[in-house]
Amino acid sequence: MAERSFAREVEDLRLGEGQEFRGEGILAITKALLQSGVSYVGGYQGSPISHLMDVLADASDYMAELGVHFESSASEATAAAMLSASVMYPIRGAVTWKSTAGTNVASDALSNLSSGGVNGGAVIIIGEDYGEGSSIMQERSHAFAMKSQIWLMDPRPDLPTMVHTVEKAFELSEASNTPVMVEVRIRGCHVHGRFTAKDNRKPSYTLKQALENPVRDVNRIVLPPASFIHEKMKIEKRWPAAVNFVKEQKLNEFFGPETGEVGIICQGGMYNGVIRALQQLGLSDAYGSTRVPLYVLNVTYPLVDDEINTFCAGKTAVVVVEEGQPEFIEQALNTMLRRRDLNTRVSGKDVFPMAGEYTATVMQKGLLGFFEKHAPRLLGNRPPLPDASPVLNSKEVQALASVVPPRPPGFCTGCPERPIFAAMKLVEKELGPHHVSADIGCHLFSILPPFNIGATTMGYCLGPAAASASNVKAEKRVISVMGDGGFWHNGLNSSVGNAVFNKHDGVMLIVDNYYSSATGGQDILSSRAENTKRATNNSIVDAVKGVGAKWVRQIDRTYDVVKMRDTLREALTTDEPGPKIIVASSECMLNKQRRVKPMMDKAEKVGEPVLRQRFGVDEDICTGDHACIRLSGCPSLSVKHLDDPLRDDPVASIDNSCVACGNCGDVADAAVLCPSFYRADVLRNPSGWERFKSRVRRAVISFLQRSREKRRIMFDRAAA
Amino acid sequence: MFDSSAPREKPITIAILAMGGQGGGVLTDWIVAVAEANGWYAQSTSVPGVAQRTGATLYYIEMLPPKDGHAPVLALMPTPGDVDVVIAAELMEAGRSILRGLATPDRTLLITSTHRAYAVAEKEKPGESIADPQAVNAAASTAVRRLIAFDMEKAARQAGTVISAPLLGALAGAGALPFPRESFEAVIGAGGKGVEASLKGFSEGFARAASNELPEAQIKPPPRIAALPETLGSGELDKRLARLRALPVEAHGVALAGLKRCIDFQDMAYGDAYLARLEGLFAQDMKQAGASKGFAFTATAAKYLANAMAYDDVIGVADRKTRATRFARIASEMKAGDDPLYMTEFMHPRAEEMVSLLPAGWGRRVSASPRWMARIDRLVNRGRHVETATLRGFLQLYLVSGLRRFRRKLLRHENEMRHLEDWLGLAVRTLPENYDLARAILAARRLVKGYSDTHARGLSKFDRVMSAVPLLLARDDGGQWMDRLISAALKDEDGSALDGALKTVRAL
Repeated sequence: MAERSFAREVEDLRLGEGQEFRGEGILAITKALLQSGVSYVGGYQGSPISHLMDVLADASDYMAELGVHFESSASEATAAAMLSASVMYPIRGAVTWKSTAGTNVASDALSNLSSGGVNGGAVIIIGEDYGEGSSIMQERSHAFAMKSQIWLMDPRPDLPTMVHTVEKAFELSEASNTPVMVEVRIRGCHVHGRFTAKDNRKPSYTLKQALENPVRDVNRIVLPPASFIHEKMKIEKRWPAAVNFVKEQKLNEFFGPETGEVGIICQGGMYNGVIRALQQLGLSDAYGSTRVPLYVLNVTYPLVDDEINTFCAGKTAVVVVEEGQPEFIEQALNTMLRRRDLNTRVSGKDVFPMAGEYTATVMQKGLLGFFEKHAPRLLGNRPPLPDASPVLNSKEVQALASVVPPRPPGFCTGCPERPIFAAMKLVEKELGPHHVSADIGCHLFSILPPFNIGATTMGYCLGPAAASASNVKAEKRVISVMGDGGFWHNGLNSSVGNAVFNKHDGVMLIVDNYYSSATGGQDILSSRAENTKRATNNSIVDAVKGVGAKWVRQIDRTYDVVKMRDTLREALTTDEPGPKIIVASSECMLNKQRRVKPMMDKAEKVGEPVLRQRFGVDEDICTGDHACIRLSGCPSLSVKHLDDPLRDDPVASIDNSCVACGNCGDVADAAVLCPSFYRADVLRNPSGWERFKSRVRRAVISFLQRSREKRRIMFDRAAA
Repeated sequence: MFDSSAPREKPITIAILAMGGQGGGVLTDWIVAVAEANGWYAQSTSVPGVAQRTGATLYYIEMLPPKDGHAPVLALMPTPGDVDVVIAAELMEAGRSILRGLATPDRTLLITSTHRAYAVAEKEKPGESIADPQAVNAAASTAVRRLIAFDMEKAARQAGTVISAPLLGALAGAGALPFPRESFEAVIGAGGKGVEASLKGFSEGFARAASNELPEAQIKPPPRIAALPETLGSGELDKRLARLRALPVEAHGVALAGLKRCIDFQDMAYGDAYLARLEGLFAQDMKQAGASKGFAFTATAAKYLANAMAYDDVIGVADRKTRATRFARIASEMKAGDDPLYMTEFMHPRAEEMVSLLPAGWGRRVSASPRWMARIDRLVNRGRHVETATLRGFLQLYLVSGLRRFRRKLLRHENEMRHLEDWLGLAVRTLPENYDLARAILAARRLVKGYSDTHARGLSKFDRVMSAVPLLLARDDGGQWMDRLISAALKDEDGSALDGALKTVRAL
């Protein structure tokens, strides 16, 4: 179960010939897979392609109807290896992941796949996680395409082109016996647009047929001498076949006048930005009628020599709009032109920055720089460009820069990981700071205030692996963190198995929140939900014991900060050899609320007893030191200014979004903070007995309260 | 209002800044749907990624009608200086939009809620560290063409909906888009869930599209400097009121609050003790020509003397936890009505707290013995979840609060009074030599707050600040330096900012 339902989007997948699809780019791509007669789909969830996986997971009935096999792969390597089904059989398959992180993981299988080549269309949807909003290192997937000879498509980010590209990707793959990557950037994945749908196609050759009619060809296996033949095949057969296909099918596009003094060559994904910049420079209208010739590479690898030479011939200069580094296309272009002795000047990273996203301003400045250098007359009377710099340089806005606080992502309200790091903070106060090897997942938010815990990340499920050198006798042990998602991705082997085998002395904290939460709450092996389509409820503790771990502690309620702290302390101080593994389990609150809230609302409506809980702060007891916030950072725990002339500092305050996870109370107790926190429980639809008990209590308590009030003068502090 | 039939050269561009979980996506979808319902092409994008986990997120929309059947080519990210409407779902996000260059005075309409959701950086500091809304107001005055600002969070809450509804209402009411009100309402109506509340929130936003309440935005409400009332309702109290009137008017409001605090803390006699002390300090102030200084010494004393006398002890906590007013307040917050209400308090007494409740002489002997302290600690030091609304839990706290009668004989009181005398003594001794430094010595009492470790940390910071007094005594700006030390002490938990500031003072 993902963090949101895709029921409506599933309906969109069923749209037929001529109907209009309106929605997100990544969902249009999903629809395109079905229109292409795909037989199987796999992948590993992650921004920006999670929704492809989520909608197919929710569409399992329809997938069965179509005869499409869908699975959530254990890792990108698994997903890439899945494409092996298309090696011997004319079966179309697609996989997806976040890149370059996922492509790194998948690259072993990808190299093998592309070496032997494919028979059926094999397509990889790459969510290029680059620029604003990205959560990974800034690299290009382009390099993988080049090194393995996988074709790379980079469609213009409008829905009809994206859908068309995916459909053609299968054909290109089949025409050239080569897997094809379709690269979509973050904004392209989340763009809202429309396209005219076609009917979905059932696979023409099914997996069942393949299983019942096995084929083998030793020449497809990566072993000498076949591997040497593969390399030659790539260059001599598959490459020319691909170039021909791209040319014949006109996958790359030309816009604007046929001839011109200068021209622009851009990646498909850059097209909208180029048009906007041209519009601002007075060289295009809002509908894409450009006055400058434009060659749009919807296929960025391989390049089509003929098209490039034709485009460049007769032009004094062309500019390559290619985001990221190194500038592979620009380099290739120079080689091509030199080989043909064409003297068209190639501009690119001389006017554009080598590193970083091509934002609107970068695009504007880059193209302006190109025209100024090579075709200044085109710029005409130079309409004023949009420019925010006078505003940004004003003293009022400069002053604002130091005022607006950063707002990085953090743990959600009620997140079960918060108390884990609060406990680590408390242990740190007792035993001093430790080296903490962090990992990828929501738990990585621990590196930010208020926790400031975690020194390195070396990649998904590699937190404990990254601590493996730190296995020497010392006064302090290394602590490593890994999520349940990472654990099942490959952490069980790379991190846990490795530590057991090498008798690692460190502490390993496995954060188990029942889902792959950071990517949208997908189920994984150890998820607690009963999932009829997947085998869930496989214990992490059993798994680590299975690979030989001895010191293993399971914590079933992470909100028990005292237990969490004591267990961590024990792990850091025990004399037991080998890795000390703590599995800290509580359900992701985002998913829990989605599951539990409607149930509670319904129960209350039909008259069943329901306990409604919330935490609060007695503001006349809180003294405004905010120590609780430094151990929490919960969005619902904030501060509030009192109307009390005797007070200076704002006091802690809990708002309505509190889900009563219990962290505040447990932290106040474990850290011996203050007695300001309380939990209030209201029992809705109580039984007669409960109501009676409550009345008796209330009567006695209120008698005692009144008798005391009679004997003294009291002033309520808030009203002081 | 635009003429929607006139051909347009450029798309209308809208940037939305929201925090993860605020519903920026819903608002974006609504705006796109409105444009599409009117025959326009609309494109939206976002870069949620991990930012959807409570971080700042940007959504971006462009819209333009088709021309001769051709769809426009719309950009996927805003060009700074080329944005027509910026919508911010929180005040500092509006500030962030200005810093990103999204707002320019030639064209941008900025629609922002004036409410604050404090960032961790603002709320984690031990003192006051809230971002100044007037900085946003000043920047907005130069950066935008038109500003719509009011508390849309509150408007949404009152309508029983979320902030996207009044934001959409303000956008519609501003006339920034060439679409009629009905088509906005139709889009909300098509949502199917919570439609009525959303429409109510929308109407509220629509009606207030001319408001700009940003100039009034403040970190906290201005302090109420209430004049003394005619009467406090009883003859006994009014006698004290008369004594308050003899104090300088600058101290009136705070002294009244202080008097009430001390009476509430203990009894009428304790209130008298407060008044007597304050009058003594006022007399000193008079001797040093305090009138010319606005009686800052007396006014500061009125505040911190009350806080020092009404210190935060176990008895006081138990007292406040068991009051009828508290029960009523929580019941109303929880909308408990007639349903059973339970409260759980999270207490963690240590030996120090238990011993502080012993008679002073006995307590002093016990706390001098580490063995005894350890023994008691083993006995009591654990988390105790007290259920105040049950008889058992209530009686526990009720009995502790009943120790109030003996309070002045207990160890804690003795310690507090010793500390108070030392502190006041230092202030009074300093007064003739350096008036402003003496005032600042009184103000340093702000650092002593909290319970257990927090309290100990506060005391240690207080001591460190006091250690600078001899260094500052001869300086005219000694008081200002003292104030700087106090705010440095409130910057972080471990006091490293304070150490740095002290180093500076020593180097003066």
